[in-house]
Amino acid sequence: MKLLLTFSRRGPHDPGREPVIARVVKETGVLVNVEKANIDSVAGEVLIDVPDSDADLVRQHLEEMGVDVHVMENAIALDETECVDCGACISVCPQEVFSFDEEWRLLVNGERCVLCGKCIQACPHSALSQQG
Amino acid sequence: MEKSLDLINARIRDGNARVVTADEMPAIVDELGEEGALEEVDVVTTGTFGAMCSSGAFFNFGHADPPIRMERIWLNDVEAYAGIAAVDAYLGATQEADPPDKVYGGAHVLEELVAGGTVELRATSHGTDCYPRRSITTELLLEDMNQAVMVNPRNSYQRYNAATNTTDRTLYTYMGTLLPRCGNISYSGAGTLSPLANDPGFRVIGSGVPIFLAGAEGMVVGEGTQHSAGTGFGTLMVTGDMKGMRQEFLRAAVMNGYGVTVYLGVGIPIPVLDTDIVRSTAVRDEDILTEIIDYGTPRRDRPSLATVSYADLKSGAIELGGEMVRTSSLSSYRRARAVAQELKACIEEGKMELALPTRRIDPTKRVRPMRETAITPRVRDIMNRQVISITEDEEIRVAAKRLLKDETNHLPVLDDNGMLVGIITTYDVAKAVVTDGKLRQVRDIMTRNVIKTTPDEPVDIAAQKLKRNNISALPVVDTTNRVVGILSAIDLGELFGGRWWR
Repeated sequence: MKLLLTFSRRGPHDPGREPVIARVVKETGVLVNVEKANIDSVAGEVLIDVPDSDADLVRQHLEEMGVDVHVMENAIALDETECVDCGACISVCPQEVFSFDEEWRLLVNGERCVLCGKCIQACPHSALSQQG
Repeated sequence: MEKSLDLINARIRDGNARVVTADEMPAIVDELGEEGALEEVDVVTTGTFGAMCSSGAFFNFGHADPPIRMERIWLNDVEAYAGIAAVDAYLGATQEADPPDKVYGGAHVLEELVAGGTVELRATSHGTDCYPRRSITTELLLEDMNQAVMVNPRNSYQRYNAATNTTDRTLYTYMGTLLPRCGNISYSGAGTLSPLANDPGFRVIGSGVPIFLAGAEGMVVGEGTQHSAGTGFGTLMVTGDMKGMRQEFLRAAVMNGYGVTVYLGVGIPIPVLDTDIVRSTAVRDEDILTEIIDYGTPRRDRPSLATVSYADLKSGAIELGGEMVRTSSLSSYRRARAVAQELKACIEEGKMELALPTRRIDPTKRVRPMRETAITPRVRDIMNRQVISITEDEEIRVAAKRLLKDETNHLPVLDDNGMLVGIITTYDVAKAVVTDGKLRQVRDIMTRNVIKTTPDEPVDIAAQKLKRNNISALPVVDTTNRVVGILSAIDLGELFGGRWWR
């Protein structure tokens, strides 16, 4: 399951100044896969992937440390009324989220998505959007 | 054996014509042989669904009261060409709305109308004795127009070059988003289902032939603009009544960073008259070849990196320079197939009979480039040949003195063999001074990834490099990377009379 973590780095005691990911791994023993991290001087956003069975535990520990945790159910949403099954999204995606089935219908494997946003811009039919 | 068109049409009328889609044909010929397939199959339907920028429609709005001679016309803020008498206009699919605050264009207006939506017409005039009115605003539905006739100057390319990008930045093109360093390959076209790929000799596709156009019955007008069947890039000009069209087969689209276009479904039925037609309609994806073109070269003649078939393109990945590169299409094969199947059903139900061309399209014609009467200036025409340079092992102080003495802001940095290895600017020198002063040599502060140009490059392209990288000079190098000049924004400014400074 993917969790999107957001935290402040403004104050000296904000979670963004602490090794929160390392700590959560150490305390819970859950192996966390960091898929994307954008961290600047005032705030950070990190996308992690954890086993479904451990997601609640990881979430609880992170929240105790002051990190906002958002569960990404469907990272990317396909509007089937707009999609024409062209496939322009397929090769711009670094994660191979998109593919065709036998009938050349577009398949979306949202679990692989790391929210880079390339497909959203590349879609000629505005059929893709990011789910908050 | 040969089969006449009359026989085929009689079978269509009787409801017992054998119609197949073009992707079924190779297997039929494999099984029955060419003679057997000729006997068995009467009509092969083709189809394609993809971006067809060169499209649009003529509208007749009827007369208002008091009447107006409309000189400029906007439909939902998208300007239509009104230089065709008082009450007609042509709306092009790629025309974008003014003001350009939303990505909206002619294609969106066409789709809105076909979907049954309302479109605002706004028009102005200078007023005449016979047409006194000076402005009008009204809301229209497709059914309110006397005529709404789609006429597309260039549709249904026989095949299309595939695109990739060897540069180190992402390109936004009409072929979609092209990732840096050949990160992907984008292609277009339906391959085995493509109408012109099934009749490359233009034997049965020509003027007057009935077609499927975006859900309506249409017609081939003749050769399309840029028609170049002699090089494998034939095109068609087609027309059809918008009032019969469906949104499913007419979709507005936006190529990110490029602009508005329209996706259209076009299908052409091919009467199977003889074994030559059997052979041409049995074409497979493997037989249709195209080139992978480097769109990183911003010139008309872009280099080809490889020749591939549509089977290779459709496989999902191609080996290019020793690496597997993923491919994806801009056109929809699924919807191309839907076009061919709709057309097949339509003929099976006896709703469309076939016709032979009233005028043939030239299968050997080749497109010519634009004749340019003004010479495009090249970098060599305006570059500064007096290059002040420095070597990488010099001290920064020496560089500072040289910049001051020669009143320049850029010093190309050369290695021992005189090859370009970097560049430093007055800014780099100033920065080195105000930091810790530990940096001593030019090589410590130079920029190694130099944006450069060549003597042959058109000035417009060099200017775009300056703008895009927010820099003010480009070293000019020859094929061996030796510096032969420097091109600065000042040189450009002199050429263009200040245009670049605004």
